[in-house]
Amino acid sequence: MDYTYTILILLLPFLSFLFLGLAGKWLSHRAAGLFGTTVLGVVTVLSYYTAFTYFTADRVDGVFQTLVPVNFVWLPFSDALHFDLGIMLDPISVMMLIVISTVSLMVHIYSFGYMHGERGFQRYYAFLSLFTMSMLGLVLATNIFQMYMFWELVGVCSYLLIGFYYTEKAAVAASKKAFIVTRFADLGFLVGILIFGYYTGSFSFDFTGNAVYAANAVHGVVPETSKALAAGGFILPTALFLMFIGGAGKSAMFPLHIWLPDAMEGPTPVSALIHAATMVVAGVFQVARMFPLWIQFAPETLHIVAWIGAFTAFYAAAVACAQSDIKRVLAFSTISQIAFMMVALGVCLPEGSFTDNHASLGYMASMYHLFTHAMFKATLFLCAGCIIHAVHSNEMEFMGGMRKYMPITHITFLIACLAISGIPPFSGFFSKDEILVAAFQYSGVMGWIMTGIAAMTAFYMFRLYYGIFWGTENKEYHAHHTPHESPAVMTVPLIILTVITCTFGWILPGTFGSYVSATGEAYHIHLDWSVAATSIGIALIAIGLATWIYSGARQPIADKLQATFPRLHRWAYKRFYLDEVYQFVTHRIIFGCISRPFAWFDRHVVDGFFNGLAWGTHASSNGLKTLQSGRVQQYAFVFLVGTLLLILMLIL
Amino acid sequence: MNISIYCFLIVSALMLAIGIYGFLTRRNTLAILISVELILNAADLNFAAFNRLLFPAGQEGYFFTLFSVAISAAETAIAIAVMINIYRNLKNNFVENLDSMKW
Amino acid sequence: MNFLSLFVLIPLLMLLGLWLVKGQKGVRAVMVVGSSTLLAMAIALTVKFLMDRAAGMDAEMLYQASFVWFEPLHISYAVGVDGISVSMLLLSGVIVFTGTFVSWDMCKEYFLWFTLLSMGVFGFFISVDMFMMFMFYEIALIPMYLLIGVWGSGHKEYSAMKLTLMLMGASAFLMLGIFGIFYSAGGQTMNVLDIANHTGGANLIEFSKQCLWFPFTFVGFGVLGAMFPFHTWSPDGHASAPTAVSMLHAGVLMKLGGYGCFRIAIFLLPEAANELSWIFLILCGTGVVYGALSACVQTDLKYLNAYSSVSHCGMVLFAILMLTTTASTGAILQMLSHGLMTALFFAIIGMIYHRAHTRDIRQLDGLMRVVPFLAVGFAIAGLANLGLPGLSGFVAEMTIFVGSFENADMFHRVLTVVATSSIVVAAVYILRMIGKILYGKCTDPIQLQMHDAHWEERLAVIVLIACIAGIGLAPAWLSNLIQDSVQPVMDSVHNVAHNISQCNPFQ
Repeated sequence: MDYTYTILILLLPFLSFLFLGLAGKWLSHRAAGLFGTTVLGVVTVLSYYTAFTYFTADRVDGVFQTLVPVNFVWLPFSDALHFDLGIMLDPISVMMLIVISTVSLMVHIYSFGYMHGERGFQRYYAFLSLFTMSMLGLVLATNIFQMYMFWELVGVCSYLLIGFYYTEKAAVAASKKAFIVTRFADLGFLVGILIFGYYTGSFSFDFTGNAVYAANAVHGVVPETSKALAAGGFILPTALFLMFIGGAGKSAMFPLHIWLPDAMEGPTPVSALIHAATMVVAGVFQVARMFPLWIQFAPETLHIVAWIGAFTAFYAAAVACAQSDIKRVLAFSTISQIAFMMVALGVCLPEGSFTDNHASLGYMASMYHLFTHAMFKATLFLCAGCIIHAVHSNEMEFMGGMRKYMPITHITFLIACLAISGIPPFSGFFSKDEILVAAFQYSGVMGWIMTGIAAMTAFYMFRLYYGIFWGTENKEYHAHHTPHESPAVMTVPLIILTVITCTFGWILPGTFGSYVSATGEAYHIHLDWSVAATSIGIALIAIGLATWIYSGARQPIADKLQATFPRLHRWAYKRFYLDEVYQFVTHRIIFGCISRPFAWFDRHVVDGFFNGLAWGTHASSNGLKTLQSGRVQQYAFVFLVGTLLLILMLIL
Repeated sequence: MNISIYCFLIVSALMLAIGIYGFLTRRNTLAILISVELILNAADLNFAAFNRLLFPAGQEGYFFTLFSVAISAAETAIAIAVMINIYRNLKNNFVENLDSMKW
Repeated sequence: MNFLSLFVLIPLLMLLGLWLVKGQKGVRAVMVVGSSTLLAMAIALTVKFLMDRAAGMDAEMLYQASFVWFEPLHISYAVGVDGISVSMLLLSGVIVFTGTFVSWDMCKEYFLWFTLLSMGVFGFFISVDMFMMFMFYEIALIPMYLLIGVWGSGHKEYSAMKLTLMLMGASAFLMLGIFGIFYSAGGQTMNVLDIANHTGGANLIEFSKQCLWFPFTFVGFGVLGAMFPFHTWSPDGHASAPTAVSMLHAGVLMKLGGYGCFRIAIFLLPEAANELSWIFLILCGTGVVYGALSACVQTDLKYLNAYSSVSHCGMVLFAILMLTTTASTGAILQMLSHGLMTALFFAIIGMIYHRAHTRDIRQLDGLMRVVPFLAVGFAIAGLANLGLPGLSGFVAEMTIFVGSFENADMFHRVLTVVATSSIVVAAVYILRMIGKILYGKCTDPIQLQMHDAHWEERLAVIVLIACIAGIGLAPAWLSNLIQDSVQPVMDSVHNVAHNISQCNPFQ
């Protein structure tokens, strides 16, 4: 099977970006939108076709082959190291193709309605195309450097799209924050890549040759054996962990998560695409991509990742319980869910010296959750978009009782909420269950922690659900702005995504594992009923609790809780003041205590030195000038004295 | 009457010293010119005296003195002309005021 | 006569033409024709060079020619190019071409000096004789004084004086270094290649003498390359210079420094380079971070960009001193990339200043709505500056970092990591600037009346963006072109690497 055509999957959105970016000014909104959506439709078809042919092709030794249909040297560094661009097809990248193209297409269609009449419509579609191209390039990368390149590109797209409403101060600040925080994290990624490249002699994802040390040496002083030794010891774990820092920045792991909630300033479809379904899972994808190395050389470090993930999941869930902006709640829930995926990867255990499907169940679970989460979280965000479109506000106090006005949005939102809470038969149940099984396999503590967080998820999601669709209706406000259901162009994507969420888990039971697994061999998913029952039970209790507290027209319990623990609520509402800490560190310490003194030092000390040199020259020449007074009598006197002295010297 | 050479030398040394002193200290250009003349005349006197003392048959010293007197006359003429012009422009001829061409 | 000399002859003819013509139209005609010819020549030279290299002409320098100019000191007019000079000539061609369009309304005398400056720059890059290089360097320097002092803005006399004096001071060092090398190598030839290969009467320079002359040459050229702590002429100079002069200065003239460091200091004094590089590495590494951090709190757009230039040019010297082929290739790429993007930056800053009459970040706001073309160009320049993939900065920086990492010891590693941190700081200052001046709502009545770019400004901006994106999207040919020429230099450095005394206390 020839997969060379897959290059079109990258080229088409790129050309679409160029066309819309350059010619957008002269296009009507409708033409620009149609063009972008059509191109993306073609890309989606190509992706599905690729996925179909790939997954129906014959396995070799029970494993889907890793194919590299396109690869060329883009930038040579040295004899051994070179920066390649190419396309690599393996189960996870093909799976990501489906996720990205599906969600992106839905968002393209949805944006038609959501962004209707906005200024900069063409620009919006151009950036969406660029983003899609970058994200696809990221998952199809053949080497870590290509991944880094597209990683930066998605970062910039995210920056541009968060700052889409660039006349708003908040949007500009949020976009800046998002870019700088992730850039800071990417520093770790870059250094990790450099270490990795130097010690393994290659950037490639083809780990068969270079896992310890590749045969072709880089120009260097260290002999190969010591390099190999170092690589096997602590170097490789260090490199991998540094790369994970980059991933943690993109995937909003604690304490680098602070940009994601603010990123909600962007248009809601963008939040759905970039900050829920695709870009933010890039960190998970990266760890999954390097998984063979992690599990073989750095299992202990991998467990650190798991604990970071667990803490992030807990933290984000706790904060989500207290937010009032619906997009922020969703953002924190995204952070929490991505942390679930990280945990799933982190709890994988090496089986002796090789990867085992059962011990590394978490890998499959993580990818599974990535897939299902992308679908239902995109639904949630798009629903939130519909609601915001209807009420013109993000704050929950302007909502309540919306179920009467927006039936389709209500149903799809409810289904997505059930899915994220882990209620069967929705897809989230199946993937979350696998994560919990993997966590229990690693340790009971981790398992119970994650179960608890799953319950929190159910609680805050239903708090949100009741807050929007039930609860107290802000009648006064709604009298001015009567909310109404969104047009079909916005609801159809919701329905499509919801259908996927409803059916994906059970229509092909256990199939996901047979396509994507740690070793590549088919792994048949079987539900662990004890874990499943516990998690369902606990989720139902949480939902019940949320219903009890929030579903009524008035919420005495919630108010009472808030009154009883004002400080706790305040802290959670303020996200435990982490933003303020960052603000303090960047503005006070870096700007105030480093940059400003540096600038002062430069102006006054370094520059002062050279000005001082000039001043010194000037002053000394002024001093010398008095000798050359031009007064002949003075000269004559000096001359006379000199002559007398000379005569004296000659005589004596 | 044979006057000792020392008398000439003393007179000429006095004239030289006075001339130098005047040249260094006077502010008026005319006074400076006079001082310069004094120095010159001291030299002339020495020429004549030494010619007489050392080469009584020779005339070179006298010639030189005459030349020197002629040149100093010419020089004085030019100098006084310059001074008069300066005086016309500046209304005085003190040396410290002559700085409009400096720097 | 060798055809390379055309790069000097055409500016001379332009000078003649400028002298003869009358009126703004005539001046423009001469400038456009001349600068286009230069650009076309540079492109033709690149193509010819690539074809000849492909055809197997593997001499170190191609198209060499030499005429004795001053017999007693063995100074000759010697020209020749390798991949590095070809790429630098291309850069100069582009900058002179766009600079002409950016200074569209300037008078005849301005263009006279501008052309003389271009002549110095082109002459420098085609020369292989040390004295000739020095002479062209001085030719490029003097017009700068007048261009800033007469047509500048702000404290122009102060800046012009400071710039000239500091660079003159540097050239005193440089002259000492050059004559030191000349006499230490036997005093028979000024030709760089002859000295490096010990031919034409040149012999090996003793180790102790190398160590003596290396600081002189490196600092001499380093000052022009804005090496910390000799960079302070750059912010003042750039801030006061007229737009096209800023472009030419930051875009090309500062590259003379990096090029000279590489071509003379490293190439001719390889042992000293191995021995003493650590001192300058620390200085340049400091400069990279220091420039970036200083840029964070600037309020004048030109100062901001000048400090960012200090950081980026520091990276050039930093990479050269890493003494690996990859890093040096990256250094040359960075020179190209920085030349183009900083020229674009200065061009657009100049255009904004011309319209808004202020360069203060705090006073500008919401330009995206008012002058979309300029704003987009500005944003692209900013993104290139912070190393966005697909634009030239990314290519250069990655090559430098990978190359720097080839040095396996802790000293180089730590410095490399420190230098990489500058890309984060770059993101901070660039985004701060973009956020403040482009985004938001414009309320100032003067700024609301600003008109977008004219056709000649658009042409300049588009050409520069095209070059930046071109390098960023397809860097391999350029990287190969440069790497082939860097290789012999680095070979000579590595061949002597064993007989140094390892005086670096940090290793």
